[in-house]
Amino acid sequence: MSAAGGSVNMNKYWQSFGGGDDPENLQKKADEFREELPFEDVDEKVADAKAPRRDFLKYLGFSTAAAALAAGCKIPERKAIPFANKPENIIPGEAKFYATTYVQDGDVVPVLAKVRDGRPIKIEGNDLSVFTNGSTTARAQASVLDLYDMHRNRHPSEKIGGEFKESPTYESLDKKIMEALAGLGGKQIVFLSSTIVSPTTKDIIAKFANLKHVQYDAVSYSGMLQANEVSGFGRKLPSYNFEAAKFIVSLGADFLGTWLSPLENAVGYTKGRKINEKNPEMSKHYQFESHLSTTGASADERFTHRPSETGAVALALLNAIDGSVAAPQIGDAKLKAGIAKVANDLKSNNGKALVVCGSNDMNVQVIVNAINNAIGANGTTIDWSKPVNYRQGIDKDFNALVTEMDAGNVGAIFIYGANPAYDHYDGEMVNGKWVTKFSKALAKVSLSVSFSERWDETAELCNYNLPTHHYLESWGDAEPKAGITSFIQPTIYPLFKTRPYQTSLLKWAGNNTTYDEYFKNYWNTKLGSEDGFNKVLQEGILLATGEAAAGGGSFSAAGVAAAATALAAAKKVSGDEIVLYEKVSIGSGVGATNPWLQELPDAISKACWDNYAMISMSKAKELLDLDLYYNHESEVGAQARDYKYYPQKPVIKITVGNKEVVLPVLVIPGMNSNTIAVAVGYGRSDKLGKTATGVGVNVYPLASFNGTTVNYSNEVKLTDEKRKVKIAQMQIQNTYDGRVEVVRETTLATFKKNPNLIPEYRKEMDDDFAKTTGDFRREATIYPDHAQPGAKWGMTIDMNACYGCGACVVACHAENNVPVVGKGEVLRYHDMHWLRIDRYFVSDPNNVDDLKGVVFQPMLCQHCDNAPCENVCPVSATNHSTEGINQMAYNRCIGTRYCANNCPYKVRRFNWGDYTGADSFPNNQDQWIVGKLDPVVHQMNEDLTRMVLNPDVTVRSRGVMEKCTFCVQRTQAAKLKATGCRLMATQKQPASRLVQAMRSYLELCMIKPAR
Amino acid sequence: MQKLALVFLLLICFSGIKTFAQDGKSLFMQKCASCHNPIADGTGPHLKGVRDNEFYGGDIKKIANWAYNVNSLVNSDPHYIALKKQFGTVMTQFEPSTLSEKDIAAIFDYVEAYGAPTTKGPVEEAPETNQNAVIFGVISLILAIIALILMQVNSNLKKMSDDAEGIHRPEPVPFYRNKVYIAMVAVIFFIVGGYYVTKGAIGLQRQKGMEPKQPIFYSHKVHAGINQISCLYCHGNAWESKSAAIPSVNVCMNCHKNIQEYTKGPKLYDEEGNEVDGTVQIHKLYEYAGFDPKNANAWDPSKAKPIEWIRIHNLPDHVYFNHSQHIRAGKVQCQTCHGEITAMNEVKQFAELSMAWCINCHRQTKVDFNYDDKSGNKFYSIYEKFHNDFKAGKMDSITVKDIGGLECQKCHY
Repeated sequence: MSAAGGSVNMNKYWQSFGGGDDPENLQKKADEFREELPFEDVDEKVADAKAPRRDFLKYLGFSTAAAALAAGCKIPERKAIPFANKPENIIPGEAKFYATTYVQDGDVVPVLAKVRDGRPIKIEGNDLSVFTNGSTTARAQASVLDLYDMHRNRHPSEKIGGEFKESPTYESLDKKIMEALAGLGGKQIVFLSSTIVSPTTKDIIAKFANLKHVQYDAVSYSGMLQANEVSGFGRKLPSYNFEAAKFIVSLGADFLGTWLSPLENAVGYTKGRKINEKNPEMSKHYQFESHLSTTGASADERFTHRPSETGAVALALLNAIDGSVAAPQIGDAKLKAGIAKVANDLKSNNGKALVVCGSNDMNVQVIVNAINNAIGANGTTIDWSKPVNYRQGIDKDFNALVTEMDAGNVGAIFIYGANPAYDHYDGEMVNGKWVTKFSKALAKVSLSVSFSERWDETAELCNYNLPTHHYLESWGDAEPKAGITSFIQPTIYPLFKTRPYQTSLLKWAGNNTTYDEYFKNYWNTKLGSEDGFNKVLQEGILLATGEAAAGGGSFSAAGVAAAATALAAAKKVSGDEIVLYEKVSIGSGVGATNPWLQELPDAISKACWDNYAMISMSKAKELLDLDLYYNHESEVGAQARDYKYYPQKPVIKITVGNKEVVLPVLVIPGMNSNTIAVAVGYGRSDKLGKTATGVGVNVYPLASFNGTTVNYSNEVKLTDEKRKVKIAQMQIQNTYDGRVEVVRETTLATFKKNPNLIPEYRKEMDDDFAKTTGDFRREATIYPDHAQPGAKWGMTIDMNACYGCGACVVACHAENNVPVVGKGEVLRYHDMHWLRIDRYFVSDPNNVDDLKGVVFQPMLCQHCDNAPCENVCPVSATNHSTEGINQMAYNRCIGTRYCANNCPYKVRRFNWGDYTGADSFPNNQDQWIVGKLDPVVHQMNEDLTRMVLNPDVTVRSRGVMEKCTFCVQRTQAAKLKATGCRLMATQKQPASRLVQAMRSYLELCMIKPAR
Repeated sequence: MQKLALVFLLLICFSGIKTFAQDGKSLFMQKCASCHNPIADGTGPHLKGVRDNEFYGGDIKKIANWAYNVNSLVNSDPHYIALKKQFGTVMTQFEPSTLSEKDIAAIFDYVEAYGAPTTKGPVEEAPETNQNAVIFGVISLILAIIALILMQVNSNLKKMSDDAEGIHRPEPVPFYRNKVYIAMVAVIFFIVGGYYVTKGAIGLQRQKGMEPKQPIFYSHKVHAGINQISCLYCHGNAWESKSAAIPSVNVCMNCHKNIQEYTKGPKLYDEEGNEVDGTVQIHKLYEYAGFDPKNANAWDPSKAKPIEWIRIHNLPDHVYFNHSQHIRAGKVQCQTCHGEITAMNEVKQFAELSMAWCINCHRQTKVDFNYDDKSGNKFYSIYEKFHNDFKAGKMDSITVKDIGGLECQKCHY
């Protein structure tokens, strides 16, 4: 690792610490497949046996007999059962798209559900949605798999004698619950939920007499809400216009990954980062944070600080901008210089800059409001006239509720979406189990009803469970922010005996209409006609008429002084600190039951199926004696080598007061040296099913309360546990054999100076490899050229826009039946993602903690015109199509894996196990040689889960090579639709956006503003 | 194989000659066939002879005028008022955008050329080649036997002459112990046996000729043959989607609500030669539909039960086949793959459905290319090279193979 050791060139792009200082291990990496095919084990065993020849004959005889038997058998009779009455709008074999909305605890993404033969199988973005611009998130993409989760609650149930028993009907439960409500004797009735964005549901709640509604968010934005109230804007969250911001400063807000409304933020942000070739301009992004977040990875400049210093950084910024508060002490010279620089940029870009902050501390947010006011952000980059409706929970309200419950003042509680028994900070460990104060208080409420779709930690504790529909089975609406309403419509008849929770609320309030009718009546009245309703239903989106101008709000500086005083008086922490963050995939814990999301590697660590403590290199040395700079030949170096090349990672104990958490460690560059970061949302209840069981540890207990709001950071004590556990990481197993040129990057200044930079580079290549003809494609190979008489497909990915969110990876799972392999198989590098996002670090060669930048590069089959994989296939199972696609015929593949070895991009995936149950032999997942596959693989093979499979794509069996097909089923469908008039973007259409993008070469290269 | 090849060749020649008429046919099938029959009155009048009758006098414009203004003419023109009285229904009005005058002309060209359906297909001519093969085989066999006899005679004569000349030679080895013969027989056995084993193995899991007993004896011959119901009337899904789909019970009931007995058609026989009572079969349908013919008005279609047909045409899961692509974009006739369906009572698998069979067709079938006359599918305009080559005379036609029809990922993904 050391520069002297001649290992990896740290100025260049590197992907993991195992970069190249150990020749033996490096060779292993270069060998694509470190293991032999399992059959060879059998041969050896057979050869070593006492009577190998006899056994051989036995096997031969058996297989011949079996083959003869199989051949002799008649093909089983298959039935073709048509509809009894074919519905008019269903065409068997053709997909229909219905506009609906993904809503999960306040996240709102308008989507189209692709419904094939009555089954929703894929989620696409809704192009009519202005605020998401037709894009989706990884979680929205994965939500379709949740519909077919075998661990969903399938019927209403009642707790009798400590155990849940199925209730025959909802009516019987309604009767019991209504009787109980009538006999409460004046005690409170409470509806506890995550933030509700549905106007009709809010209406229903408001009309429920004496119902107290408490909103609770697992990850709270209480600090911001209360700060905005103090600053005179009212208790609301504004819309942020990242597109209009030329200078973006984030104080620990992961606004591209998880903060507030990440998709909307990302859409605006990437618009500001795209380059117009003629007038190259782009926004500049500074990030102050404690750990390396997804957003920090995209930042142009990063500065790290302790989590407890966030207030000081905000104060220092405000001081440098307008001097209205006193400057705090900031020890770190780099950080200090950074603040000064950022303050200067902000001052000189009045009205074009934006500061966002991820802290849940009200005082910090008050200071941030003051900064935004000073730089003229209100009314330009911050829009107060379109407040957003998500994340409305107030921490104090919830704590007050728990106190009331504890005091026995609450007679009934209905719970939807909220899961405080798992994710509330206030509680204690009892026999190794996390018991929150809320859980204890819940026992004192005589009537507790959960509407949870699954047996989550809170549902388990209630008396009743009346599971609600999955959103793809529901009617409904969502108003993510003022002026935008998005409809939810069912795309499949409810799979189980579930009922919308709103119907229950209506019923218990004495209104016998179902929610479906209520919703239709509400909107029919509001929109004036059934036609109006149908139009919105079809489009999915209702926009307020007339675009309201951005509102500036009315800033009041009243709270600034008090906040500054409070922050200045805050305790200075000298020990280690922890910061809790959300992963893009798992979020606050909602993604934990979804196999696609669990297998989606984290953008930064590339680890999946786990949470872990991210620590800095210097902390690893101090705490674990793990010095990754050491040469591997030294004794200390052996440990470093083990860390670099093997999945076993050291384990540490994290202690806060009397709460302890034990977690493995991953060394990540760009961390603040005294900070460790751990993702929340793991360590879920076993009752949630095979996916969530045993994955990670719950770290919500490590959060704290500062009297007003929950703090997602804390002072901690770290101890080395002196043992190791395995963490499954992707991308680290392959090496490009030094072909680092796969990433190209330049600065905006260089690009402005020489816009022909990349064409020139291309020309250089041509001159090198195609001296005589100038035709690189023909001359650079000894193989004949492939003609493309018709279409030639192409795709560009804007490297400036990619921030590594992983939505494409999950979408590829759904579209192409890419199997889930589980942690055990990822550990053996058997991950199957056809599309992955490579992440490269750029850092100071002598100090990895000083991270210079991170580059994300989506990597999928490049469909090379002269593909090296094609000419090594002995059976021609992979070859070139006349449309420029490197095609793969699974039923021809014999599994030599030569192609994968020869692939320069390492995008081919060998199917090692029967992950999808496509083998000729049933239940072939568990083998005595290959080993047993993880429970999640079995879950993916359940009949119910398999409903999500795309019928247009082959489900691959064991022993074949798989890879990106360029979504041939989609190009095929489009060609069929074209029938002459409408063509897709092919490389031969000069006017297409694709060709323009390719010609500009911009999207082949990543451009960053000068540092 | 030869047989199949010939069938294809014939079909291709046939389709090549009659391109124009076939356009008329497909248009007729799509737009008219659900109500009109060329030669028999149905829901609407038969169409053969209409164009040239007294009223129209061969004027396509006049026919088109009717088609585009049905709703007004039907109440004003005495000719149409009379027709309305006769048939009790009114034709659907067409728009020039969906049915041009040229289309109408093509439809009537087809209708006028229409003859009563023949059961004699090109299939029946194929055995001739087979006969040739048999003759060649017999001749070779006879020649081989003669050669053997001559060899035996030769050796006997040689022995006799040797005896006569007194040359003493060792007793000749009998032919069944002669190593040369044994080796030859072994080699021949290996080659012939291997040929049949391989052929048999390739044929495994193939079901050509499969004709299972279905829950209802449904005769395609009666429906599509004698009554000339368009294939797409029942299998309309094939036009829209990759799967052709079997019609649902309510589609059957569209007609069978009224047609409650089988009386007019020829006697029906099943595979074993037993006579089948058509009326009984119709009543089997009623059981599935929950329909009581005596109390027709009380029928509730929502109570119908689906019919569990036995699937005949099975493709492996790794094969992508799209009906609409073949019949709509490719303009392939149903009969090309499903055989002379109008002559079959219960359906039998006509084609082998093997990859070789698919590939062979892709090699030979010409696509609906928009050559110079621009009449074909506009999609193919992206094949600039082929247009140029065609103009330059380098290609005389463009086949499915040329547009990538032999590539793996056209059917396997």
